[in-house]
Amino acid sequence: MSINLDQALQTFIVEAHELLQVMEQSLLQLETEPADQDAIGAIFRAAHTIKGSAGLFGLNPVVSFTHIVEDVLDRLRDGSVAVDSRLIAVLLKCGDHMLELINVVASRGEPLQPAALEREAALREALSTYQAPHHTPDTGAQHTEAGAADRANAPAEVLWHISLRFGVDVFRNGMDPLSFLRYLETLGQITQVTTLTDSIPALDSWDPESCYLGFEIELRSTASHATLNEVFDFVRDDCDVHIDAIDEASDSAVSIGSELVAQAEQGPLTASVQRLPAASEPKTRDGNYVRVNADKLDELINLVGELVIASAGASLLARSCNNDPLQEATSTVSGLVEEILDGALHLRMIPIGDTFNRFRRVVRDISQELGKDIELTISGAETELDKTVVEKIGDPLMHLLRNAMDHGIESADARRAAGKAGKGHLSLNAYHDSGSIVIEIADDGNGLNRERILEKAQERGLVASGAVLSDQEIYNLIFEPGFSTAEAVTNLSGRGVGMDVVKRNITLLRGTVDLDSRPGQGTVVRIRLPLTLAIINGFLVGIDTSTYVIPLDMVQECIELDEHQRQSSREKGYLDLRGEVLPLVDLREHFSHEGSAGRRQNVVVVRYAEHKAGLVVDDLLGEFQTVIKPLGKLFGALRGISGSTILGSGAVALILDVPALLNQIVQLEARTPQAPYSPTVVAR
Amino acid sequence: MPITIETLDDSTCVSIDGELTIYTVAELAGELLPRMSGAPRLMLDLSQVTEMDGAGLQLLAVIQREADSAGTALSVTGQSVAVTQALELCRKAAS
Repeated sequence: MSINLDQALQTFIVEAHELLQVMEQSLLQLETEPADQDAIGAIFRAAHTIKGSAGLFGLNPVVSFTHIVEDVLDRLRDGSVAVDSRLIAVLLKCGDHMLELINVVASRGEPLQPAALEREAALREALSTYQAPHHTPDTGAQHTEAGAADRANAPAEVLWHISLRFGVDVFRNGMDPLSFLRYLETLGQITQVTTLTDSIPALDSWDPESCYLGFEIELRSTASHATLNEVFDFVRDDCDVHIDAIDEASDSAVSIGSELVAQAEQGPLTASVQRLPAASEPKTRDGNYVRVNADKLDELINLVGELVIASAGASLLARSCNNDPLQEATSTVSGLVEEILDGALHLRMIPIGDTFNRFRRVVRDISQELGKDIELTISGAETELDKTVVEKIGDPLMHLLRNAMDHGIESADARRAAGKAGKGHLSLNAYHDSGSIVIEIADDGNGLNRERILEKAQERGLVASGAVLSDQEIYNLIFEPGFSTAEAVTNLSGRGVGMDVVKRNITLLRGTVDLDSRPGQGTVVRIRLPLTLAIINGFLVGIDTSTYVIPLDMVQECIELDEHQRQSSREKGYLDLRGEVLPLVDLREHFSHEGSAGRRQNVVVVRYAEHKAGLVVDDLLGEFQTVIKPLGKLFGALRGISGSTILGSGAVALILDVPALLNQIVQLEARTPQAPYSPTVVAR
Repeated sequence: MPITIETLDDSTCVSIDGELTIYTVAELAGELLPRMSGAPRLMLDLSQVTEMDGAGLQLLAVIQREADSAGTALSVTGQSVAVTQALELCRKAAS
């Protein structure tokens, strides 16, 4: 058989990972709603498909273990085993083990390590209590002989009649009809094969490389109709397959397991009816997606970035040419390039839901470990953000969740004593807000102990004694390196490594994190992340001859600063914006540009999170698609600048890091207490 | 050369060396089939066949059919394990 097995195997591994994910989610779903038939069906299908595909690749360790799992699931489905938390715990572990099997056996082609085999034996033991009673003696045999497990264990054998007519292109497509026969042999016992050669045309029109073969096969097997059907998935398009069960009642004398014949008559038939739609369901869903290598996508986005720069250069040239048709043409091109950019960036956007759902399992396991009853609520799972961000946010989120469960939520007794429900609530929420995505992790636990944090911070010299800090500032101290107030260092957290790492990871993603807490009511951690890392919509401003880029999403409005306002704002450091106090930052001063300000100045009002400020600049140069180029290491310590970009003219423009800039100013002002205005410079 | 054809008196001896698969059937068929007409006896030696697939099976079926229709006496003088296994697979009678 010359199918490209390597590639098919890769597909199988990817699919198996997805299926196991589905299985895990459905199991957790089942835990909350034990009567959910859809969840049971989904779990069964996942295990069933993995077993079927693993069989095609001859991955016997996977098949034999999955078979037992499937067996138990089948009993779960027909109601002979009830859902309980112990079973779910076992099945979750089985899912983990299947993942390991696939990673070790399928991906690396190695046998399992002894430790894993031990785990497997324990799981088989645990599963055997859920299997049908008369199967239990068989489990010993299953350990040793994978292929036999199919026959030894299943409820009934059926005689299937399979009628195969291969299409002319089967050989050319790299399939060998004989390999299907060989595979069928592994599913059961082939009792009869008739090879049909009638349709081979006369010699002068016969092409030896075309296939004209047909087979009539009788197969005695416990496999379901769906399983047999799946065997022919590869050749479905150019092959005619009919699979029928032969009614054995008439020749029951030949029966192999006579006590099972009664079951054989109805059991598999009804099962096949149920399984058919189930098997076709994921197929239709898969059809809507194309798997693309992430590297290819990155390459594309990189190219689109270059395209954006090049097209900006072209339109700049066109403008200086005084050629109307040319200008029109370049503006059309720029418009299209922008659309391509949007489209390309959108390709990378994936919903955060998958990451969130992974945490259900984590929450479940940890809450059991801690002996707390904690429920996780997820909302905003459909919120989309850049793939890289999604991948990198997993660990920090995990850490925050663990922290919330370990320190935040109290034990059930303590909660009841405090007049709260015994069950703790944890919620994960995601939403879009002014060009960034916000992820909230909220718990309804005890909240942070303001005094303890302050005490600890003073003890560690993070805060000068006697300094007056707002609640917010105190809470954010826990993100400082080496800070932990946990009285007991537990397995999960409390070692004081963590929150600072969380913060650093988030900062690396150009995001910010802050925290809000109410004593006795809970804590909310808010992570704010940029939607994408590669390209932003920028707003160009000029100071002297230099150009700066402000992320457009943060720009709220632009106002002209007239002579009169300039005088008063320079004295006071803020501006009256329709009755609101707007603190001003003179970028010319901030970046130490020499020379005097231009005759006219403008204010760009920027907003980040709840902060708002005005940046005083000389010129407003308009919108610009900005491809972010990271600054070199030399400038790593530079604050207030997040990167650089290349303008159409070839000049380099610096991108302002508005959040850092605002923070810097807040700190600067806090250090000068004599300032004539309130210490919180930044308006809320 | 995967195929050797010798003619001795009134019988044609054909021995196939190597694969009898989709990769070789076109060549084998081209060499073999034209020589079949006219030969009263055809001896097929398959003992050196290393691999056989559905396409090879089909070629053998065609040879058999052509031999029957031309009245050639076809005999297989030897078959390798690969051939035996493949033939067994598709010729299983009711047990």
